[in-house]
Amino acid sequence: MMLGQGTESTIVVEIAFWIIAVSTLISAIAVVQIRDLFRAALFLIVTLLGTAGMFILLRAEFLAGVQLLVYVGAISVLIIFAILMTRDLEEGSLSHSFRLPVAIISLIFMGLCIYAITQTEWSIIGPELGDSSEIFANSIPNLATLLLRDYVLAFEVVSVLLLAAILGALALVRER
Amino acid sequence: MDLERFLIIGAILFSIGLYGALSKKHAIAVLMSLEIMFNGINLTAVAFSRYTIPYSLSSTTTMVENASRFFLTGHVFAIFIITVAAAEVALGLAIIITIYRSRQTVLVTETSELKQ
Repeated sequence: MMLGQGTESTIVVEIAFWIIAVSTLISAIAVVQIRDLFRAALFLIVTLLGTAGMFILLRAEFLAGVQLLVYVGAISVLIIFAILMTRDLEEGSLSHSFRLPVAIISLIFMGLCIYAITQTEWSIIGPELGDSSEIFANSIPNLATLLLRDYVLAFEVVSVLLLAAILGALALVRER
Repeated sequence: MDLERFLIIGAILFSIGLYGALSKKHAIAVLMSLEIMFNGINLTAVAFSRYTIPYSLSSTTTMVENASRFFLTGHVFAIFIITVAAAEVALGLAIIITIYRSRQTVLVTETSELKQ
């Protein structure tokens, strides 16, 4: 299944994919490696932007917008505020003494995942199921139907969860 | 190979986040690593929804009206994960700031009262 339509756009999409993939992974590694926490937060923003680019390549434009608004707009600002508020005892983001076994465990986990991904026979959407690209091009009404009809209970529960989290955060940081 | 490469990038992001979440001392660094893990999972969910179909659609017995919208199930998963991640970050940072106020540290190795 092609990502783009024509030959040239496929090449462009291919180049865009590799640029986004490499910058996302490099900045993700930088987040866990850089000592200065503030710079790590800036690299985290690059990672989040790269994921938004991946969403666009996957024809999930609405999710890319949500990612930009929620992650890049809100969560990263929140994290940077928290870093600035706790900065006077700055000693950088150090690691535990057992970082080597943790690194080995993570590498083994990654190898297992990649092995499983490459060995599995995925059943890719075939042309016999109709034109799926039309659904992705017009995804917002379908998403609204899914959220408000099929998954409405989860939708309501998650809104209560969000309210509880906001109230909890307010109660925690209130000056006494 | 189109599906696999997105899945592999999601797996690598998750592993990087796992390494950061388990090896960092600073609580905010742990939270940032958790965000990387969430992003890997979101990427995987959206890639699955782009290239595969839900199991309930592959068998024609349980056909619903306008069933093609279930192609977007992975997007719904990603939306819920983003919402829960936002709630988690807000609460986590509030807890970190409370701990910082009461004992002037944000290192997860030094707040170990519950262990004793």
